[in-house]
Order: sequence, then structure tokens, then C-alpha cells
Amino acid sequence: MTAPLHDTGPADAGAAPVTDGLPAKAIEGRSPWRIAWTRLKRDKFALAGGVVVLLLILVAILAPVIVGLLGHPPNEYHEELIDPLSSTPKAAWGGINSDFLFGAEPVNGRDVFSRVVYGARVSLLVAFLAAVVAVVIGTVFGIVAGYFGGWVDAVVSRVMDLLLAFPQLLFIIALVSVVPNSLWGLTGSGVRMAVLIAVIGFFGWPYVGRIVRGQTLSLREREYVEAARSLGAGRLYILFRELLPNLVAPITVYATLMIPTNVLTEAALSFLGAGVKPPTASWGQMLSKAVTTYEGDPMFMIIPGLAIFVTVLAFNLFGDGVRDALDPKGSR
Amino acid sequence: MRAARGGRGPRRDTGVPGRRRPTAVFAYIVRRLFAVIVMLLVVTLVTFGIFFAIPKLTGADPAALYVGKQADPETIEGIRQKLGLSDPILVQFWHFVTGIVAGRDYTGGGTTVHCDVPCFGYSFRTEQDIWPVLQDRVPVTLSLAAGACVLWLVGGVTTGVVSALKRGSLWDRAAMTVALSGVSLPIYFTGLVSLAVFSYGLGWVDGDYVDFADDPAGWFSGLILPWITLAFLYAAMYARLTRATMLEILGEDYIRTARAKGLREPVVIGKHAMRSTLTPVLTILGMDLGALVGGAILTETTFNLPGLGQAAVKAISDRDLPLILGVTLIAATAVVVANLVVDLLYAVIDPRVRLS
Repeated sequence: MTAPLHDTGPADAGAAPVTDGLPAKAIEGRSPWRIAWTRLKRDKFALAGGVVVLLLILVAILAPVIVGLLGHPPNEYHEELIDPLSSTPKAAWGGINSDFLFGAEPVNGRDVFSRVVYGARVSLLVAFLAAVVAVVIGTVFGIVAGYFGGWVDAVVSRVMDLLLAFPQLLFIIALVSVVPNSLWGLTGSGVRMAVLIAVIGFFGWPYVGRIVRGQTLSLREREYVEAARSLGAGRLYILFRELLPNLVAPITVYATLMIPTNVLTEAALSFLGAGVKPPTASWGQMLSKAVTTYEGDPMFMIIPGLAIFVTVLAFNLFGDGVRDALDPKGSR
Repeated sequence: MRAARGGRGPRRDTGVPGRRRPTAVFAYIVRRLFAVIVMLLVVTLVTFGIFFAIPKLTGADPAALYVGKQADPETIEGIRQKLGLSDPILVQFWHFVTGIVAGRDYTGGGTTVHCDVPCFGYSFRTEQDIWPVLQDRVPVTLSLAAGACVLWLVGGVTTGVVSALKRGSLWDRAAMTVALSGVSLPIYFTGLVSLAVFSYGLGWVDGDYVDFADDPAGWFSGLILPWITLAFLYAAMYARLTRATMLEILGEDYIRTARAKGLREPVVIGKHAMRSTLTPVLTILGMDLGALVGGAILTETTFNLPGLGQAAVKAISDRDLPLILGVTLIAATAVVVANLVVDLLYAVIDPRVRLS
């Protein structure tokens, strides 16, 4: 489930533009971000991924509107659609028709379309915010460890090693299981989501931290850092005004590739019963119900699975594109 | 960084670590083993701390958590005494660690329970030692991890190398499309689909997990679907990684040198390029195998395999804290040991690695 984390090789630029032509060289003064944007625009797969990502974000934000127009309330039971003997929808294809776009849920007949749409909210919110948590903690610790070195570096590096040695999924489930029902002024699914964000983000920061630390190690010896120091710049100034801007590219790449991993983690936790609490809809939870119903109603397994697949694939395509576009070793 | 290899004489290419003084290797291993033990102690302490600190924060009674809702106050009080729950956490931790090497007696509430060496704790839910439970589970998880690992290494690395060598070809594009889809599919989804198709639909494989010793054929047919499903996911990752690394390495100076001095292409690829390609693959393999042996939670849940991961999920839903602690410790051990083995193997694959 850490798929994108492994793959940071810059050579995987098959889809990226290879020949940038001679005229481009004649143009002066394009900023690195400008160059990256130009490259990204030519990468059709990355753009397609980006468009799907944007659509998914829109679906998540506009969930109540979309469901109001095209579906039924996500927690409304429609038992009349369910065959009481088999507990699966009476109609073929999982009860898919113009009224129930993705069919009806086994046993209680809830509208699968509405639940998939609302599931996008949970999935994307947890994935984004957990990535933010990981990036913030990872960047601060990585940059401090890399810049100061010595015992600070030793301590931070050991802590990162330790966290990476933890059986994460196991640990997250265990933690979620001992968290109470109300915490920090939140209740029910709100608590679970806050805990999921905190824990997934917390276990993600060492990956960011290692990359930032490595980059900082090589950047701190550069002339511009020395120049800043000799001009009397303070440590904090050097860290956050001189070094940080040069770390934005690797951090961006990593954050983009971290989101699909987080989507998968959230879905996995929901699948194992450690995600948001019912009746809040989530994709992993639907799949865990499908374990017992797939024989009679395969559509209820396929639809949430495809929702996860499309989301993760779109983020991966976009993330790969961003990585190739920001890679200074790639062809300009 | 890899270019330095090209300048060296061909003799160095063998990379056998025999040139190092054995004492240096031995000292390195001892140092790393010491670090491993320290790390495991810290993992145990942290796991301990979580089940000690969180109930405190939330006002729950840890002793009640150990037995379940129906227990009467005397039982709970007995367990509190048996586990020494009113002791400071470091004292409890010390009892746990000494129990692993010396066994342990739980006394309290007028009864004593003995837990044999190695005592990884005692479950008050199931009224049995943790270690035998773990021992039953380990072979299942090991079978799953080992079989899948062979499949994904062969499949993933081969696909990646061929894709890199035929970059831009139809094969490359098709393989990379499949690989990207593979890393975007959750294992419990592919697992369910393969169960629906091959087990329920076509009826090709049927059956639950059985021990290899009891029935090798049944063992194989019970594991073949989980192996393939798990291997597909990892093969997709490894194919992407191998292809990316291989492409980078094919651009290095020492590959050009090897070709320039007239080596045949199979030697250039098979010997010179492959060795450098395998280094990152090995790093990831160590982490992945360690994590899998610690419990392929999702795969075991999907396919209903009675391994460590399934035990963990069950322990968590039963709130069987001693079992959770035991599984966490086994899982962390697997990760740490796998990383150690990988670091040692580096020295074999890459002669430039310094044992420091």
C-alpha cells in the first residue's frame, strides 16, 4: 500500500515530453515553476489525472447538491427493493436503474450512488489533511535535522527509523480501538476522522522527513546559504527563507504521491472496521460488507472498488506527472 | 554516484566481501544486533505506553479493558493485581521483558497463573499464553509471504527489466499501464474479485488453508489465490521501480565503458546493470517482507487465512491487549530483522558499501 512511496526514480518519464525543441532554449528567464507547468501541460496522462482529481474534489464538496439532484438521502432505507430471502436487490445488476444509478445496497436498500458520493468526502478529506500533517511535521523535523546535524540529527533520524519499524496498520487499528467516542469537542464520526487524520499523518511524516533531511544536507553547504550566514542572517531565517523555498519541489512531489497512499490507507482501515463509524458512508466499509454479499450481488463489490481505483489512479497519474515535470534532471 | 564503478579494474567487479577483515564484519553485526534489541525495547515500551496512557486519558479502567464488559468487580481487581496495573509503567514494562527470558507468574485475587518461557504475556480473555497462539499463526503468514515473494520478484523484476530495455515499445506501455493500475488497486478489492471469479464463479480453486505437513496439495490450492493476488500488487510496484532504476543506470558511464570494451550485451545487462538495479529493489524488499511477515492483515482478512494479521484484527476487536502487544512485537521484530539482513546483503551486492 505504499506503492507511490517506493517509486521516486526520475527515469520513469515515459509519458513526459522528451524533446523540447530548440526554440525553447532561445527564451530567457523562465522560472523553474514555469518550466514545470509547461512540461505538465504536455503530459496528457497527468492532465487527465488532474482533471479527474478536480472532478472528485468537486463531487466531495458538492455531495449534498449532487445527491439531492440524482440520488436518495444516503441513510434512507429502501427495503422494498430487497429480496427478503437472499437479502440482495430484487432487480438484476444490483438494482441499477435510472432511479438508483449505482443500485441498492444489500439488506437495507440504501442508495449506493449517494453513499459513494458521500464516501468521496471522507476519503479525500482524510487523505488531504493527513498528507498536510505529514508534510508539516516531516518538513520541520527534516530541515532541522539536516541543517543542525550532530545530536539533533541523530535523535530525529533514530525516531524516524523507529516509526518506520512500527507495524503501522496494526498500530493504527489498535489506537483507533481505544479512542473514546467523544474527544476534543467532537463526537461520533468526527472523532474517528480526526484520529485517522492525526494517526495516518503521524506515521507518514518520517517518509517526508527523510527526503527533506537528505536534501537539506546537500543544500546547506551551498554558497547562497553561506552568503546569507555571512550577511548575518539568523538560523530561522536561513532555515525557512533560504532553504525551505528550495525544498518546495521535492516536498510537492512527495505530497502529491502521498495522497493516493492515504486514500488506500483510509479505505483499508474502514475495510477492517477501524475507519469512520456507520452510518457515515465510506468506500472501505462498503467493501467490507461486500465480503459477505458478493456472491449474490457482485455490483455492490465492484462499485466501491472502482471508486477507490479511479481515485487512486487519478492521483498517481497526476503525481507521476508532477514529479517528471519538476525533475531538474529531465529534459527541458 | 555510481559512475565511480567504471574506473575500477574488472577484478573489483566480483564484489565478494571476503576482502574485508572478518573481525570488522563481526563487530558490525554485533553493533547492529545491539541496535535491534534497543529498538525492539523501545517499540514494546511505546506499545505499552499507548495502552497505559490512553485509558488514563480517557478515564477508562485498563483492568476492565483486559477482561470485557461482563466481568464482575472481583475478577477485575484480581487482574489488576495479577498484571500489577497500579505499578508505574516502567515496572510493568520490566516485568514483561523479564517474562520473555525467564517466564512469569501472575498472582492476584487468590489465584496464580504461570506463563512459560518465552512469556509474551497471558490473555485473560482466552485464558492462555500468548506465545503458543503466535507460534500457530506464524507458519501461515510465512507461507503466504514466501510464496507471494517468489512470484512478485520473478514477475516484477523481469517485467521491469524488459520494459526498460524496450523503452517506449508497445510491451513497455502495456506493462506500465497494467503496473500503474496494479498499484492503484486495493488488495482487498482484487482479492474479492479473484475469489468471486475463480472460487465462486469458475470453481477452479476451493478450500481453506491447511498445514503443509498435513496436506501439501491442499496447502498449495488454499494459498494459490492469495499468493497471486498479493504478488500482483507487489509485482506492479517492483516493475515500476525496476524499470525506473534500470533506465537510470543504462545512462551511466560505466555501462558505456562496458559496452565500449566489447562486452556482449547479455553480460553488460545481466552482470553490470543488474547488480546496481537490484540495490534499491533489495531495500524495498526488506521493508516489504518485514511488514508482510508481521501480518498481511488485509490479505489474511480477505481470504480468511488464520495468520498473524488475522489474529491481530481479532485481538483488536476483542480488545485482547496482551495478544495485541505480542503481535505488535513480532511484527516489529520482523521489520527490524529484515532491514538488518538487507543491510548485510548490500555489502554482498555492492562492494562500495562501507560497514560503518
